[in-house]
Amino acid sequence: MTEENNYLDMDLLRFTTAGSVDDGKSTLIGRLFHDTKAIFEDQLEAIERSSKKRGDEHVNLALLTDGLRAEREQGITIDVAYRYFATPKRKFIIADTPGHIQYTRNMVTGASTANLALILVDARNGVVEQTRRHTFIADLLGIKHVAVCINKMDLVGYDEKVYQQVQQEYRDFASRLENVTDLTFIPISALKGDNVVDRSENMTWFEGPPLLYHLENVYVGSDANHVDARFPVQWVIRPHSDEHHDFRGFAGRVAGGVFKVGDEVTVLPSGFSTKIQKILSGGEEKEDAFFPQSVTILLEDEIDVSRGDMLVKPNNQPRITQDLDARICWFSGTRKLAKGGKFIFRHTTKEAQAIVSEIRYKVDVNTLRKIEDVDSFDMNEIGRVCLRVSQPVFHDTYRRNRNTGSFILVDPFSNETLAAGMII
Amino acid sequence: MRNYNLTHLEQLEAEAIFILRETAAQFERPGLLFSGGKDSIVMAHLAQKAFAPAKTPFPFVHVDTGHNFEETIEYRDAFVEKLGVELIVGQVQDSIDRGTAVEETGPDASRNALQSVTLLETIDRESLDACLGGGRRDEEKARAKERFFSHRDAFGQWDPKNQRPELWNLFNGRKGPGENFRVFPLSNWTEMDVWQYAKIEEIELPSLYFAHEREVLERNGSLLAVSEFVTPRENENPSTETVRFRTIGDATCTGAVRSSASNLDDVISEVAASRVTERGSRADDRRSEAAMEDRKKQGYF
Ligand SMILES: Nc1nc2c(ncn2[C@@H]2O[C@H](COP(=O)(O)OP(=O)(O)O)[C@@H](O)[C@H]2O)c(=O)[nH]1
Repeated sequence: MTEENNYLDMDLLRFTTAGSVDDGKSTLIGRLFHDTKAIFEDQLEAIERSSKKRGDEHVNLALLTDGLRAEREQGITIDVAYRYFATPKRKFIIADTPGHIQYTRNMVTGASTANLALILVDARNGVVEQTRRHTFIADLLGIKHVAVCINKMDLVGYDEKVYQQVQQEYRDFASRLENVTDLTFIPISALKGDNVVDRSENMTWFEGPPLLYHLENVYVGSDANHVDARFPVQWVIRPHSDEHHDFRGFAGRVAGGVFKVGDEVTVLPSGFSTKIQKILSGGEEKEDAFFPQSVTILLEDEIDVSRGDMLVKPNNQPRITQDLDARICWFSGTRKLAKGGKFIFRHTTKEAQAIVSEIRYKVDVNTLRKIEDVDSFDMNEIGRVCLRVSQPVFHDTYRRNRNTGSFILVDPFSNETLAAGMII
Repeated sequence: MRNYNLTHLEQLEAEAIFILRETAAQFERPGLLFSGGKDSIVMAHLAQKAFAPAKTPFPFVHVDTGHNFEETIEYRDAFVEKLGVELIVGQVQDSIDRGTAVEETGPDASRNALQSVTLLETIDRESLDACLGGGRRDEEKARAKERFFSHRDAFGQWDPKNQRPELWNLFNGRKGPGENFRVFPLSNWTEMDVWQYAKIEEIELPSLYFAHEREVLERNGSLLAVSEFVTPRENENPSTETVRFRTIGDATCTGAVRSSASNLDDVISEVAASRVTERGSRADDRRSEAAMEDRKKQGYF
């Protein structure tokens, strides 16, 4: 393959970034962009202009990643911002989230679609409360890969001992994590560029690859569930034309496992079984479909299927219950979560109603301690609750499958998204 | 063993199709904003794939400033006819005639800001409750925080501080009376992804995107095409050059770039080597640093 068309073979990595204010997150992203040529001249000129206007001494690369005016005025990042860069190997989507305590919800949001969490630690300060909180949230959201960048190594004389000490501190508390299976440490200087794109000359004692190499090569292909076949039906395609008179296709995105033409499938909730007659993608026939492909499935028998139903394999069915035990993160600043609260419940392509039947405990995101005997959740609080849903929910645990194990709660009055939930 | 990896373009395609279907399912009457630019063409192509072999289940909506490149309208009409979808056109001129929009005056007057008025009027007239747009988050800083499902209040306004969090594959399109949504299936695409996808899917794009000879003049750092809408001023010396466009919008403010890229492969190589963003050539974004954010708040795409 020539360099010209290597994009035919590129894959995608989604990662989330977190760090306390001033750990150097913006500088690091600016550096990655700069060194992979994702910054353009007009963007550089624009930030040079605003740096001058603000009276900054040097060009402030952080402005590049600071989106909205309100934030620029306050000089802080207040929401999840998505940013993009690519190398010949991979395209990267960064969910850039701020580090303040009040924005736990943004971190949860950014982490929900990420394969990897990039966590910044200031080498001078070591592991701080926010480092633990970010790591906990990444773990809670099921992220398996964490890259810990120990930054500002230039300010500690590129000393291996400092690096080792911070790494040990981190490992000590990370032993309690449930989902993270790949923990990688890299000593860097975002400002000077050490171990970001190129191997550092100043830290020859470090044997691992630089950050960008790690991001390009970390293997995330096996993170998705290719075992439990799940196909939430999104939309029924009926052409109403003479040519396709009897056509009934079930459109959706595979949420787990693999479906092949000829496979026997069961439709939930009706429980009827039939076989897959065809799988179409953009009108073309395919042999199989797997996560996260969007396809259209045709069945051999005429069975009533509609949005919110799920196709599964007869010998591998999801759990089907109306009572759920879940971890949730509460997002709303105007409404509290309380026992008896009624919400709209969205899960896969299904919408139902849910009542909070029990509040079990909250978790202090800084110490990971449980707080029992609570009766409500405020904004940015995380904990465990039981829900009663108005209809049976076809689900797996979040740990087993992020797509069939996650839900959101919506306010029936304001229509705001109030909470994110992960089924246990 | 079967390899379950998808390329980045396959993943982006799967995501965009999911969003398009979600839009069809969650809204009563969505419309697809079709400008004839490459992003809206790619989006329309994806919509066709999402619902095949049925027709795309929503009308196309074009907000027409009246300042078009001829090629755009020809392309639009042929495209819509091929797909067999309904086309709704909102004319900025009609808003001006009604007095709901007032033409800008002065040397750099443009109808770009007025598009918002016409769009909102068209949404109202056609009772659209969601408009699919080809906007991408990489286009501009203010877009980096845009949602796939972007909520607009009853005045069509976007409130950057009050956007719904979007997690996993769960999109909340619930709304109150008079409110509506903009939906952006290409949120996670970059300019490069769009060109690459157009190439592998063999999508035919308007000729404006490829090198051609055209009479242009330089104004405020942009290379503008001389036309009935852009005429040379004193000290401006139009010349004929080989150019192409990276974006296509209102003819009064869409800048061309000097280029000899005559097909998609050339364009892809050129974009890879380019050091200026595509919007860098658009005069409308240059007016002020927060230009895009201001226009979005007023209901711009
Ligand atoms: N010496 C040194 N300074 C750094 C490094 N990374 C960031 N900084 C500085 O630390 C300050 C905060 O960085 P910034 O990127 O804005 O932090 P953020 O709040 O995490 O985005 C700035 O003054 C940076 O120049 C580094 O590796 N070494």
